[in-house]
Amino acid sequence: MATGILMTFSFEIPLLLLLLVTAVGAVLVQDLISAILLLGSYSFFLALVWAWLGAVDVAFVEAVVGAGLATVLFLLTLFGTAPRVSRLRLPPPPMAALVSLPLLGLLLLYAANDLPQFGDPQSPPSTHISPTYLEQSYQDTHTPNVVTSILMDYRSLDTMIETVVIFTAGIACALLLRRHSS
Amino acid sequence: MVDLLLALFQRPNFLTFVIIFLWGFYIMLTRYNLVKKLVGMYLVQTSVIFFLVSISAKQGATVPVLLTTTDPVQAVDYVNPLPHVLTLTAIVVGVATLGVALALCAAIYRKYGTLDEEEILKKLQ
Repeated sequence: MATGILMTFSFEIPLLLLLLVTAVGAVLVQDLISAILLLGSYSFFLALVWAWLGAVDVAFVEAVVGAGLATVLFLLTLFGTAPRVSRLRLPPPPMAALVSLPLLGLLLLYAANDLPQFGDPQSPPSTHISPTYLEQSYQDTHTPNVVTSILMDYRSLDTMIETVVIFTAGIACALLLRRHSS
Repeated sequence: MVDLLLALFQRPNFLTFVIIFLWGFYIMLTRYNLVKKLVGMYLVQTSVIFFLVSISAKQGATVPVLLTTTDPVQAVDYVNPLPHVLTLTAIVVGVATLGVALALCAAIYRKYGTLDEEEILKKLQ
């Protein structure tokens, strides 16, 4: 049992380690530009892990929006502000963070025992409604890609409100960045 | 205790999620630089999305694009598409909030000339 799980996860473990290394490095590096580029590579490794897990649509979106757009936004902000101020001060951590975060971590790790096995086809998230979507979507929407048919057909109202959220974010950015002509 | 360790060992995705989530949260709480805080926020967002996508995986299943459109579909053959849809929305909304936060950073820099939290507080007084 344990060896079988090791075999199936063996390709994933190096990717997870790369994720951890880039996530830690993006914060510990002093230069902000290097930190942002490390964050971009973190996004890209995340996209690789998701492609490995079978979530190709999510991997595409992460590679384009996460690794591409978010990195560009970060870099534009840095070039607009002060990339020269590279020496960052590191304050002593507050006591509340040192006490509450390990407690939260212990709670999360304690909950690991009750989680279903990853990859189990009979796990609760894969049994109730999701087989219905998989089995009915072609009859209902005539689209072979089930993710597209759920996103654009069954849950199109969600997607519409999401575009409203993005529109609001765009307006907020435009209002914040507009130059006063005084 | 041994059960717990074995459970963690069998779920490396969950362990990675917990580490990146707590690390991002810690960075958001402790760093003074606003851009570093946003890096922490991005780590928290993506780690939660990573956990959701890990839940959707199935052993021996393929991507949720139907191989055949004439035969009846067996749900065991395809990974669970529902978390994928929810996380697609979450990624895009997460980057939208990140864009607003970075625009706020640029506006703060234009007004106060620094992105250091303590210096901004000093100039506010």
